[in-house]
Amino acid sequence: MIKHSSRLPEQALSRTTIGAGDYYIGIVKAGQTLRLLDLEGNQAADTLFFSAANPVERYSATDTIREQGNVYLTAGSVIRSNENNPMLEIVADTCGRHDTLGGACASESNTVRYDLEKRCMHSCRDSWMLAVAENPQYGISKRDITHNINFFMNVPVTAEGGLTFEDGISGAGKYVELTALMDVVILISNCPQLNNPCNGYNPTPVELLVWSE
Amino acid sequence: MTLNTYTTEIAGASHWSLRVRKGTLMRLTDLAGNANVGMLFYNPENLLERYNAPDTLKCQHTFKLTRGNCLYSDMGRIFASIVEDDLGWHESVCGNSNAAQVAERWGARDYQNARNEWHQNGYDAFLVELAKYGLGRADMAANLNLFSKVATDDEGRMQLVSGHSKAGSQVALRFEMDALVVLHTCPHPLSSADSYPYTPVRIELSQAAPVSDDDFCRNFRPENQRGFQNNALYHLGK
Repeated sequence: MIKHSSRLPEQALSRTTIGAGDYYIGIVKAGQTLRLLDLEGNQAADTLFFSAANPVERYSATDTIREQGNVYLTAGSVIRSNENNPMLEIVADTCGRHDTLGGACASESNTVRYDLEKRCMHSCRDSWMLAVAENPQYGISKRDITHNINFFMNVPVTAEGGLTFEDGISGAGKYVELTALMDVVILISNCPQLNNPCNGYNPTPVELLVWSE
Repeated sequence: MTLNTYTTEIAGASHWSLRVRKGTLMRLTDLAGNANVGMLFYNPENLLERYNAPDTLKCQHTFKLTRGNCLYSDMGRIFASIVEDDLGWHESVCGNSNAAQVAERWGARDYQNARNEWHQNGYDAFLVELAKYGLGRADMAANLNLFSKVATDDEGRMQLVSGHSKAGSQVALRFEMDALVVLHTCPHPLSSADSYPYTPVRIELSQAAPVSDDDFCRNFRPENQRGFQNNALYHLGK
């Protein structure tokens, strides 16, 4: 569902550009709103959320899609934790549909999907591994890194049970906004994948904006 | 004494875990119809390596799982292949029933009155089994729901297809590496049955035939050929 936001970038608390293939980790407080902005278009932002109070409570794709009865995320979707608690709500979305079935790329799954000799290409999970290694203060480790949201990614499911990564429906300037319902750690890998159309074969930067309300 | 085969019946509302060796065939039979078996896999040598539903689905370009599909870990390896299937569709995106939802739908879990026919839920069932291996909430991943079909429409709305699994339906998994298998027989999280569904399953363990070069699962997709190569590397020298 397309829903625009009236929030103004010049009133944001913070604006951070995340380069292609880089990670971002930080805290968003309850009541704050974050926007992920696809600066150049067709860029997947692989995102995980954790409770800042206890990272064992974290984003759960299964709880989120089960409670809303729908496999796609868009405006109105409530992002739920593995304790089935509401973590954030998507309050604006100019893209219309985001994936949470496809997971993140990893060097290991790249060997299966593309070629065993592509194991050393950069991947989202490697970005997350570096993020948790460099930021031990969040108490997050490999066991906490699971099934994520792929903002701006288009993974249609068919009635016959097919699932494919399709060319993105995002474009330059499209965004998604979420209001935090608890204090959360946000961990983003700005996807470096070069082997499928999720980034249009050309990874580009995204911007993270945070407003106080 | 060496045991080569084993058969057991798991009642509804129950859970179990076991270590399964590479080359084992696990055949599950829905005894009463409308069964649901929640299942997760871990590598006993490194419990951080787990069944990964997203990789399993995207690597094989599928939302449903059936004969020919392989069940992948997050490390690009294959825990098990689905070598037999009467149903054509098992789902892996809806997760588990939980205590609050079961209580709301069918009444709270109550051992004092119901004994082992209590209203156990899938989430707590997994927690009990995982704790036996030092694992907890953080280690739970999106699980398989064998025997359950969840289909979507053009808008992405999900529906549990009732009557999908008839009594006697079977699915068989061939383990391609050693695995810790954690399972439960609690209701599917989207079940809207009038009363709590107690659905028992039979589990038969035996030795699988060796994987041949023309094996159906291995050749089902080029991705699976590469997955088998990753397993071969893991077992190098064995």
